[in-house]
Amino acid sequence: MRKRYRKVVNLLMLSLSGLLTVYGVFWLFWILGSLFISGIKYFSPELVYLDPTPAGMEGGGLRPAFVGHFILTTLATIIGVPIGLMAGIYFAEYGKDSDFFRVLRHITDIMVSTPSIIMGAVVYAVLVKPIGHFNGLSGAVALALLMVPVVAVTTDEMLKLVPQQMREAAYALGAYKWQMIKSVTLRAAKVGVLTGILLGVARISGETAPLLFTSFNNAFLNFNLMKPMASITVTTFNYVMGPYHYWHQQAWAASLILTLGVLMLSIFARLILHGKITNPFAFMFKRIKKEV
Amino acid sequence: MLETTIKQKKRMEIINLNFYYGKNHALKNISMPIFDRRVTALIGPSGCGKTTLLRCFNRMHDLYPNNRYEGDILLDDVSIFDKSVDLIELRSKVGMVFQKPTPFPMSIFDNIAFGLKLKGIRGSELKGRVEKALKDAALWDEVKDRLKESAFSLSGGQQQRLCIARSLAVEPEVLLFDEPTSALDPISTAKIEELIVELKREITIVIVTHNMQQAARISDYTGFMYLGELVEFNPTEKLFTKPDQKLTEDYITGRFG
Amino acid sequence: MQIESVVQKRISEVKNSGVLIERLAKVSLGLWALFAGLLFPILIFLILYYESRLAIEKFGVINFLTHTNWDPVTEDFGAATMVVGTIISTLLSILMAAPISVGIAIFITELSPRWFKPIISGAVELLAAIPSIIYGLWGFFVLTPIMAEKVEPWIQNKLGNVPVVGQLFSGATTGVDIFTTSLVLSIMIIPFMSAVVRDSFELVPPIMKESAYGLGATQWEVVRKVIIPYTASGMAGGLVLSTGRALGETMAVTFLAGNNPQIPKSLFDSFTTITVALANQFTEADTDIYLSSLYYVSMFLFVISFVILFLAKFMILRLEKRWKV
Repeated sequence: MRKRYRKVVNLLMLSLSGLLTVYGVFWLFWILGSLFISGIKYFSPELVYLDPTPAGMEGGGLRPAFVGHFILTTLATIIGVPIGLMAGIYFAEYGKDSDFFRVLRHITDIMVSTPSIIMGAVVYAVLVKPIGHFNGLSGAVALALLMVPVVAVTTDEMLKLVPQQMREAAYALGAYKWQMIKSVTLRAAKVGVLTGILLGVARISGETAPLLFTSFNNAFLNFNLMKPMASITVTTFNYVMGPYHYWHQQAWAASLILTLGVLMLSIFARLILHGKITNPFAFMFKRIKKEV
Repeated sequence: MLETTIKQKKRMEIINLNFYYGKNHALKNISMPIFDRRVTALIGPSGCGKTTLLRCFNRMHDLYPNNRYEGDILLDDVSIFDKSVDLIELRSKVGMVFQKPTPFPMSIFDNIAFGLKLKGIRGSELKGRVEKALKDAALWDEVKDRLKESAFSLSGGQQQRLCIARSLAVEPEVLLFDEPTSALDPISTAKIEELIVELKREITIVIVTHNMQQAARISDYTGFMYLGELVEFNPTEKLFTKPDQKLTEDYITGRFG
Repeated sequence: MQIESVVQKRISEVKNSGVLIERLAKVSLGLWALFAGLLFPILIFLILYYESRLAIEKFGVINFLTHTNWDPVTEDFGAATMVVGTIISTLLSILMAAPISVGIAIFITELSPRWFKPIISGAVELLAAIPSIIYGLWGFFVLTPIMAEKVEPWIQNKLGNVPVVGQLFSGATTGVDIFTTSLVLSIMIIPFMSAVVRDSFELVPPIMKESAYGLGATQWEVVRKVIIPYTASGMAGGLVLSTGRALGETMAVTFLAGNNPQIPKSLFDSFTTITVALANQFTEADTDIYLSSLYYVSMFLFVISFVILFLAKFMILRLEKRWKV
């Protein structure tokens, strides 16, 4: 009797957890589903290579936004990745035994979750107000600052997966620490570090809030970093808030392209981390994981 | 027997060595010689401090905070704790091979070249030294056609011989082995033992092993350690046949440990 | 002789450059670590503080936080509406996401067949990778109309006349309100929360679970009696971590809140949050005191989210310590 009751409770609770999972996945399908349906419906090649028409006139495209988004993300990556990498290497290789740097490492971890709009406000005070107008550079800096903690934390984690014995073996051959890091641990953790960078890029390429009042928006194609620069996300924001139906349609299509880009980046990052893509390092990484 | 012992040249000498991990007194008052071009084995139950002692010889403990040495270790009559000693140089004179194979994430060639490049050796000399090291480690014939392949493509035993070759390449005076065969199958183990016996013609070897038969097979001298102390140090033959200490006898006859 | 001295020179050159690079590497890497972990947060705080000092002087702390009027025309600013809006929407979304996240974590760690695990956790992770503006766009165009026309009238119909509770569901059903916002926010934080909960579930030593199974416990009993008690602090940490995330979420909320600076009386009222106010008004702030007040609220947001995330980190670390020693 008692046993039967326990079995029933078990079955009930397990089905409940299954149902809750279905609930979670249901939203994913709904959101991606409507994004795909509307996005594909409203997509046309002109979206990518035409400039916007004056407000209210149908037609045109979002070329400035695509170009600007690419410039902003690339520049942010160029600024943010080295800083994050260096900080992460220090945390893993030098700061491991120092309480002070361990605390800093945890603070960096906290900074990963800082509201991104704060970064926009801070950079506005430093790079927009003094210059006097919105500019692309400030947007890239805001994104770079968002990226630094992400890259630093993953680099640190991946380097810590490298077995200590491998470090000792390098020291035993008379290597300096920097030589050991450069040719042994960084190489061993290459895939993981690369994953961290890709995830960082994926994260910043979907950001809107930090760009709202730094790079702002621009209806014209612009390569000048000192001038306002459009991005897919800010343009989408403005278009959704705007009154025209064709703006909404373009926002759907642009969002689809953006989402595809971001999802592909993060799926790719996870694939190389789990060694699903055949490369000589995948095998090695598995080995590292096994030994930890 | 004893006479030959005295005549032998000492490469290293450990004098009243104490070692602390923070407050933990891990090695107690250890004194022993390491004879030139001989194999010295360190045996004892796990946790007795034999690996800790081995890692003192190239000051591997310096990598971690709160470790403290007392007493002295001489290498060619110079203290390795002297301020003028450069750790980098010390470690290229006293090489180390670890319990598990530790190939670096690079090609077979680059693994061997690693230590040589650190010393600034380039070009044809580099190639020659890599080849020599691989030959010395009896690995050349197995890998000569695949030098560019990843070191991870080798088998466990080959990887360990690669690590030995990598250490040999920088021409150390002393080579430390920390249970080098404990992760290997019997055939690979035999090859490595053969290699160690071969190598002692050129260099001085210290090996930590948990395997008493291995110590008996390949070493000339054996130290038996227990609870951080060196209980007995003697020529291997003597230590295994008529040990001075009762404790040693109990251990080698399997009464404990 | 000569060759030897050349070799000697080469060796000492290599050695000197090695020592030099060693020092240089340590210092330069260390500076960036110092930047990321110390200077960065401090600079953010100082800049926000510096920019908001005008508003701090004029409105004080308590007064600013409790004052409900936000009027750029009369230059009278109080953040109470945003703070209340932020708190309500965050708490509500956590309340909606928590059971789902724990359920997903249980499903993935204990119930799901092995081959199915990566698929399901991949799908949940995908949910986290979708840019937040997509949630906003989708919520605004797809979910809002459905909420306004179907879901909210239905709820109102069922619960509207119940005393006390009915008050929560009164008013016009526009879909642009706390209820929709919190729902979308909860979908956004499910992946984070379930990931943290799952990580702490996986810290439970298998031997503990096995010994419970060995006593004849059912899967649910193992979850209930072994896993949940032992991971309580990790789960709480996950909850708090998600709170920190939800607090700062901007884009999904901006489309759905209505940007209406009022203290909401019902779940179907439009409202505003700190991030909504920032996103909508920052570029419009035409006077110094207006901008300064916006900086003042962002400083609050930064400090609160930092403190909350710090707490979360602390709780999670405590759990990890217990198992990793």
